Amino acid sequence: MQEMIVNRLRELLASGDYAGVIGWSKGETPFDRTPGLFTEKDLDRLCYDSFCGSNLSKYLIANAKDKKVIALLKPCDCYSFNQMCTEHRIQRENVYVIGVGCKGKIDGEKIRNGGIKGITGVSEEGDLLKIETLYGEKEISRKDVLLDKCLSCKGKEHKCADEVIGESEDTSVGNKYELVEKLDAMTPEERFEFWRGELSKCIRCNACRNACPACSCIKCVFDNPKSGVENKAAADDFEENLFHIIRAYHVAGRCTDCGECSRACPQGIPLHLLNRKIIKDINELYGDYQAGEEIGQRHPLTDFTFEDDEPSVVERRGGGK
Amino acid sequence: MQKIGVFVCWCGSNIAATVDVKAVAEALKDEAGVVFSTDYQYMCSENGQAMIRQAIKDYGLTGIVVCSCSPRMHEATFRKTAVSAGLNPYMVEIANIREQCSWIHKDMAEGTEKAIVLARAAVAKLHRNAPLTAGTSPVTKRALVIGGGIAGIQTALDVADAGFEVDIVEKSPTIGGRMAQLDKTFPTLDCSACILTPKMVEAAQHEKINIISYAELESLSGFVGNFTATIRKKARYIDEDKCSGCGVCTEKCPSRKGLDDFNMRLNKRGAVYIPFAQAIPNVAVIDADQCIHFRTGKCGLCQKNCSAGAIDFEQKDQLIERQYGAIVVATGFKPIDASQFNEYAYNDSPDVVTSLEFERIMNAAGPTKGQLVRPSDLEHPHEIVFIQCVGSRCSEDAEKGKPYCSKICCMYTAKHAMLVREKYPDVNVHVFYIDARTPGKNFDEFYRRAVEQYGVDYIKGMVGKVSVEGKKLHVQGSDLLNGEQVHINADMVVLATAIEPDPTARSLGTMLTASMDTNDFFTEAHPKLRPVESPTAGVFLSGVAQGPKDIPETVAQAGAAAAKVIGLLAKNELTCNACVAHANEAVCNGCSQCERVCPYGAITYEDREIRTPEFRGVRRIATVNEAVCQGCGACTVTCPSGAMDLKGFTNRQIMSEVDAICR
Repeated sequence: MQEMIVNRLRELLASGDYAGVIGWSKGETPFDRTPGLFTEKDLDRLCYDSFCGSNLSKYLIANAKDKKVIALLKPCDCYSFNQMCTEHRIQRENVYVIGVGCKGKIDGEKIRNGGIKGITGVSEEGDLLKIETLYGEKEISRKDVLLDKCLSCKGKEHKCADEVIGESEDTSVGNKYELVEKLDAMTPEERFEFWRGELSKCIRCNACRNACPACSCIKCVFDNPKSGVENKAAADDFEENLFHIIRAYHVAGRCTDCGECSRACPQGIPLHLLNRKIIKDINELYGDYQAGEEIGQRHPLTDFTFEDDEPSVVERRGGGK
Repeated sequence: MQKIGVFVCWCGSNIAATVDVKAVAEALKDEAGVVFSTDYQYMCSENGQAMIRQAIKDYGLTGIVVCSCSPRMHEATFRKTAVSAGLNPYMVEIANIREQCSWIHKDMAEGTEKAIVLARAAVAKLHRNAPLTAGTSPVTKRALVIGGGIAGIQTALDVADAGFEVDIVEKSPTIGGRMAQLDKTFPTLDCSACILTPKMVEAAQHEKINIISYAELESLSGFVGNFTATIRKKARYIDEDKCSGCGVCTEKCPSRKGLDDFNMRLNKRGAVYIPFAQAIPNVAVIDADQCIHFRTGKCGLCQKNCSAGAIDFEQKDQLIERQYGAIVVATGFKPIDASQFNEYAYNDSPDVVTSLEFERIMNAAGPTKGQLVRPSDLEHPHEIVFIQCVGSRCSEDAEKGKPYCSKICCMYTAKHAMLVREKYPDVNVHVFYIDARTPGKNFDEFYRRAVEQYGVDYIKGMVGKVSVEGKKLHVQGSDLLNGEQVHINADMVVLATAIEPDPTARSLGTMLTASMDTNDFFTEAHPKLRPVESPTAGVFLSGVAQGPKDIPETVAQAGAAAAKVIGLLAKNELTCNACVAHANEAVCNGCSQCERVCPYGAITYEDREIRTPEFRGVRRIATVNEAVCQGCGACTVTCPSGAMDLKGFTNRQIMSEVDAICR
């Protein structure tokens, strides 16, 4: 597929209409794929394989501002792209979207955590991953090491592609709200302890925020000395924990559940569960809603219909206890 | 640094009984910026205000904090006081130590502590206050009345007589409402139609009144003085300008399956019909669900027979957009669904009817031409049982029914009983009641006449069960005064069903952002002092939409609402709210979220050149139309980057208050 993509890109770039293409190149480790803007002359560095899990749509804010570019988007990335177009963060007409086929992306951490050490290279053969290590070659099934976000795959359709290259596959398994339901079933004290435990690992590296396509503010309130809250997050560890809660509320209704927050977190905090809880609530209160399904949507929290629940729903659902 | 004066009010004993006002004034002296702090018995009195003015001059105060009642009460008073002493009115902060403190605390120490905290928060906020200036907005001199019953008609007439244009939007094909369905009215027993129809005609002929029938409010934007309404005029498939109301079409229509809503669905009518003889507008309407032409594409008899050529099967719903300065809600009521009360066999026997159904049976224009007959076999009844409080005065936790008293049922039941006895002395009439409520002019005399002169059998007690036994209805009830069970074999049972707000009220309330109580009655701006105004500025209340009431009360309230509307429309311009939103262009993302939550349509976007240390270039930025913004703050809480802020209630002011409280 990579070859087909590169050939097509060569054609498109040759037209001179585009300043470049947002894609991936190979990084330092066998699993690492580095996002970048590629021009005609460095196209041969471009790589597309099972490790290109990161969502590239957010790079378009900076790179498609006053020029036209080509973007390689997986089916799930399209939702973020649409959402950012809705919010006027990306000019749709400045981007030529090539939908790239995706059959689920691999989580390098999962391979390592599976006990495979000294990895020097990886190759794919159908559903099998052949892993070269210092201690010989090992084989594992792709399905066992997919990224968490692929397990709640939103489907194989590209919701915004100008053209599609390659086949996709829906890799979702089971109920994506399983963990949220588990948290819902906890007592408030248990849930508080769970999140205090998770969030205490946070080192405030801001990777979640920087990776999040919904966190696209020109100036984040946490970076704005005039907001009156930027120092609060640093006041003590409890206030710092609230950073994530506030962030979840800021992206409520706009989060496409792309899973970048958790994928990017170096501390392995399951941040996406905060967002997914809100998504579940929105769906239950206002009917199923998928942010980024199409450009120009009004999300339920900033929209109003006569069928909307009255505020008393909070009490009915056992809130306020 | 501000120079702040703190003024703690006793409000007689309202505050001073639970809050140590001297301790509050003393504690506030230590707050940063506070240069003067005192207490007084009634700050709102002339002496209290003079004290504030004097302190402003003596100490060169730049702002004042008044610790008193809710700002809804006296904020305006103290702002005027501040202005008269040369301060900007927005340099006044109220710490509500009455409603939010003294009235809800019993313990002096607790109350005092909380009052001090609330005052500190107000001081903290005041430090970040800035002088604000209010603009003005023009008033559209036209009123919209929603609902064309007696309430709406009366309000419209009174407003129109004052010289202002009024549009009445009525959802059914004719105005008249519930009153048009009534036979006689208590306590005078005059014919309802005879006193209503002249008013209907007057409204129709009034040059300032425009009746938009068979129409509903589709959407509304704007604010007091400047509402924009979109009204959906439903297709009636008749050209209103051509139809003469001759009624030939209604006679020719071969479809006879539609139920006559005006007669409480007791008889059938054609698919094309005029609701009743005195309908206004006197124009037919086609019920597309029943019409053979709409169902099969054939027929068209009405069209062939209409000499005016008024039948128009192609007619579509029409959207009318108009501007209004004031809106009157007069949506009225409907009787509750009696089918949920099957203990009274309402679903089992057609001879169990509701009062409004009975009203139509007794009416000369009704389904039986005014003959009192049983709906089942059209035979003359000899025993009639009336049951009061069906669905009214139910306990809060009851599965069905309403907690409130519907107010009119005691009187109309006495009326029904009296009318039956008057016309048919051979009929025995029994009334089961909890207690007869007759607090109105000539009401008790009326009720006593029913008992004493007309020999109506009033039984204090409720009915447990009505069962159908052959042609009879077996009524089982209790007589509490005699302490015994009563069994009556009745021919008819009449249920005095509770009334509830019209089902359209809830969605209308949401559209108008006018608050409602749990029973869907519109709430008043103040239950005693502002009974005909909604808390939403520019929205007024008329008739049962606000709560159960009889015709004289409705007419009185309708006039009161009209007076308020006239007071508003007589103004050429209104002072705008100075506390409006504005976007900080340095951090605005232009994401459009604020625009979507703005109920007033005050936010638009423009491409603006931005020069900040971090960014130079053109960017999409939100801009607020300050004349339209009402300062609700929806945009400020929606904005993810905190770019949107509300003057007078900035994020920093609110954070300062929170910090002061948490200190």
